[in-house]
Amino acid sequence: MHANNGTDPHAIGTKLPAPEARYDLVVVGAGPAGLAAALAGAGEGKSVLLVDENPIPGGAMGNDVPLLFGGRMTAATQNAERMLETVFMSEPQLEAAMDAGVEVLLGTSAWGVYRNGPGITGLPESVVALADKDRGWIVGYGELVLATGARDLAIGFPGWNQPGVMGAAALERLLTRYEAFAGKRVLIVGSHDLALHTALLAQEKGVEVAGIVEVRAAPQGDAALADAVRAAQIPFYLEDAPAEAIGGIDGVERVRLRSGAEIAVDTVVLAIGLVPSIELIDAMGGSRVLDGARGGYIPGENAGVRCVGTCAGLADTGFDHVEYRMDWARELGKLSAAGTIVCQCEEVTRGDLLGVQPPRYLERPAPMAARSLDTLIQDGPPNPDQIKRLTRAGMGVCQGRRCRDQVAMMLAMAADGPFGSVPLATHRAPVRPLPLRVLADWEESPEMRAGWDVWFGIPTQWVPYRDIDTPREREHQVAIADGWSL
Amino acid sequence: MTYVGLPTPSETPQETMAKIAGTAAKMKVVIVGGGVSGLSAGWWLARSGASVTVLDKGIVGWEASGRNGGGASHYQSPLFVEEQRMWPHMDELLGYPTEHQKERIVAAVTEKQLNQYHYLAKMNNDLGYRVDLLTGDQVRAMVPLTGDNCLGGMHYRFGGHANPQRSVQAYAWALQDLGGRIYQHSPVTGFETECGKVVAVHSGSGRHECDAVVVAAGPQIGALMAKLGVEVPLAAARAEMIVTEPAPMMPIGGVDGNGLYGRQTMRGNLAYGGGPHEWLETFEAGPPARPSSPLTRNLARRVAELFPKAAHLNVIRSWAGIVENTPDGRPIIDRMSDPENVVVATMSGVGFGLSPASGHAIRDLVVDGQCSFTDIAKLSLSRFDGIGADWREQRGWQAPKAEIAA
Repeated sequence: MHANNGTDPHAIGTKLPAPEARYDLVVVGAGPAGLAAALAGAGEGKSVLLVDENPIPGGAMGNDVPLLFGGRMTAATQNAERMLETVFMSEPQLEAAMDAGVEVLLGTSAWGVYRNGPGITGLPESVVALADKDRGWIVGYGELVLATGARDLAIGFPGWNQPGVMGAAALERLLTRYEAFAGKRVLIVGSHDLALHTALLAQEKGVEVAGIVEVRAAPQGDAALADAVRAAQIPFYLEDAPAEAIGGIDGVERVRLRSGAEIAVDTVVLAIGLVPSIELIDAMGGSRVLDGARGGYIPGENAGVRCVGTCAGLADTGFDHVEYRMDWARELGKLSAAGTIVCQCEEVTRGDLLGVQPPRYLERPAPMAARSLDTLIQDGPPNPDQIKRLTRAGMGVCQGRRCRDQVAMMLAMAADGPFGSVPLATHRAPVRPLPLRVLADWEESPEMRAGWDVWFGIPTQWVPYRDIDTPREREHQVAIADGWSL
Repeated sequence: MTYVGLPTPSETPQETMAKIAGTAAKMKVVIVGGGVSGLSAGWWLARSGASVTVLDKGIVGWEASGRNGGGASHYQSPLFVEEQRMWPHMDELLGYPTEHQKERIVAAVTEKQLNQYHYLAKMNNDLGYRVDLLTGDQVRAMVPLTGDNCLGGMHYRFGGHANPQRSVQAYAWALQDLGGRIYQHSPVTGFETECGKVVAVHSGSGRHECDAVVVAAGPQIGALMAKLGVEVPLAAARAEMIVTEPAPMMPIGGVDGNGLYGRQTMRGNLAYGGGPHEWLETFEAGPPARPSSPLTRNLARRVAELFPKAAHLNVIRSWAGIVENTPDGRPIIDRMSDPENVVVATMSGVGFGLSPASGHAIRDLVVDGQCSFTDIAKLSLSRFDGIGADWREQRGWQAPKAEIAA
């Protein structure tokens, strides 16, 4: 028998902890769809946990997590207590859910879903990982409902990387749930239903809407909605696009359109489209499918997990969102320069992305400078995960929210393929940026502590070569390997 | 360009390059596996004038070669001196950035760790490699993110770290610049043998004729060599890492300890791994998935303990890699006797940092039949002759039944 006696003390075994609590049903996201699912579950007598990440911590909002807030939230968002109250009051159904016996946790994000499957069997059961501002923990579930909504699609153009360029979903959240929008006068980019709704909502909330810019020849949304916008005296700029956002220290001050028109606004609202929030599904290794009519990548069939609301896909109105986005990406790409930033966190420019060049803190010797996406494509279809590691696009603290989709579009265009011919860069847990101290398991089991090793805990691995097969080998094994629980 | 803590090399890497140029002219070599060991071997062979073809089931560096801690300080290895000689010159020799940075510090936050590190320091000093012991105050001065809980540590006056993904791509590009061909998404389906030699390799990209073959396909080596009637005992396991948003740059980025391996990247991110692994079944087509687990939380705790002044930093990703191990955890770098033109190379989970040296050793075995710069006899495959079929079970390394079913 081998010295290990048939067991490996450093293997995962049963070291991963059991969940702290278990619910028949866990619902992530307390929008209308999540609330309905939670209430239905409670009505069936199930134990239900409903978590919602709102109010988002101020630091995360500043990093455009999870929506493209564009730095246009008021100081009120820094007051955690006020925000919690505002969020609670903004959704009357939350109280109904609590009355029905649902355990409701606000300010709590779900950052991972873990289950046994290919490549992992050490979990005691399927769990969803949660965190609030103070700590992280995991809970077990019988059924998991994801109602994580949809997030903003960003497509860059010159000047988009400054405060005041934000997304439609972020604007809606600031206007309706947070009452904390800092802008006064906005320009809306896009003219499908999302953009038209956004324009009308902004105006209703007292924000001045300077216009709607549309790259195509006509407004794209529902005709009645477009009429309502016209009736509200909001002008359309058709077959046009923002050529540059110009600003000062507080961000956007005006926008120059391709047509030459200059419009004074403090905020540009990107309302080209929303992307179903599939981060958790993707990070758990779940299935996803591409459906242009439902907003891009949407969840496929995933056992034990049900997706409801817009995270399952936008309403299919026959409109091809992906085609529409690609039209915008093509046009804004033409209006961009090589120096236009694509990835804000890592300051990756369009030229460096398409050149597959390393970040600016590295040198670019001649062979490096001669490489490009074209030379990489000769080796096979471009893969965003490979390109992000080389260029760092999508590797920053916003976790690629601001650039993942536009990078995929740019790569597809560069490879002369349709969107989807190039895969989307993968999501990995934690799907929200979370501080080490919050994520940390401060109450880890003695078994985990005792079984910890830097690497594999193989006693013979670190013995100096010259000492192999000498008496000193055993001495080293005892000293540095056997029982090396650190 | 050399280290103060090591003997001065007798020859510069540039001199070595000049010496090997043309030594393998007209030789056709097929490398199976575009990981860091295979690509480095391909690069060394191309520098020797060989015509090199690399076949990979997917994308270069996609598995453990591109998903590791980036450490380059492997004093236990017979390849160590060569590793240390080559790394400071790799950017220049390859023509592409690797982000190599010199030296390492290891910090202890428990007495047990401190005792271990002191033993390792003495072991290195006995070997002639300089490691300085540090007090807690000295560590805090050199590693600003550590805190009051640091009890001391050690400073390796050699070694360092590099960016795995960037380095793998650098090898691949440098190989192409020398005329080598890399076929991605091109899994090997079989070998054609004649008179005790492999004469061609069949793959998704067709038939590739060869004078020699290097099999450096990580966990897939076992299944590939079985096609040639050679048994290579390997077990694969999953290991996990996490990475934070950038922290202020520390003077030496190669800092680990507290049961972790890892580094501060040149961008400032803290990238760390460690802790329990999970043994897995091996699939010929490669791993079906590389999932992370809630071990992320234990890693976060360890990093926060090691760097209390970074505890507020956001973790932005976790990832996992599938790593193969030999029964004793040491590499196999060996030329077969039948077929006699095949070299097998697995670094048993410690391949990235040693790659500049392992590639040299593999080149030597392919071209000259023996390693020119160090003794690697104890890395031969024959040491596992007669190992029982139940060697994994004996070590508790078997994949869980549930995984086999999955």
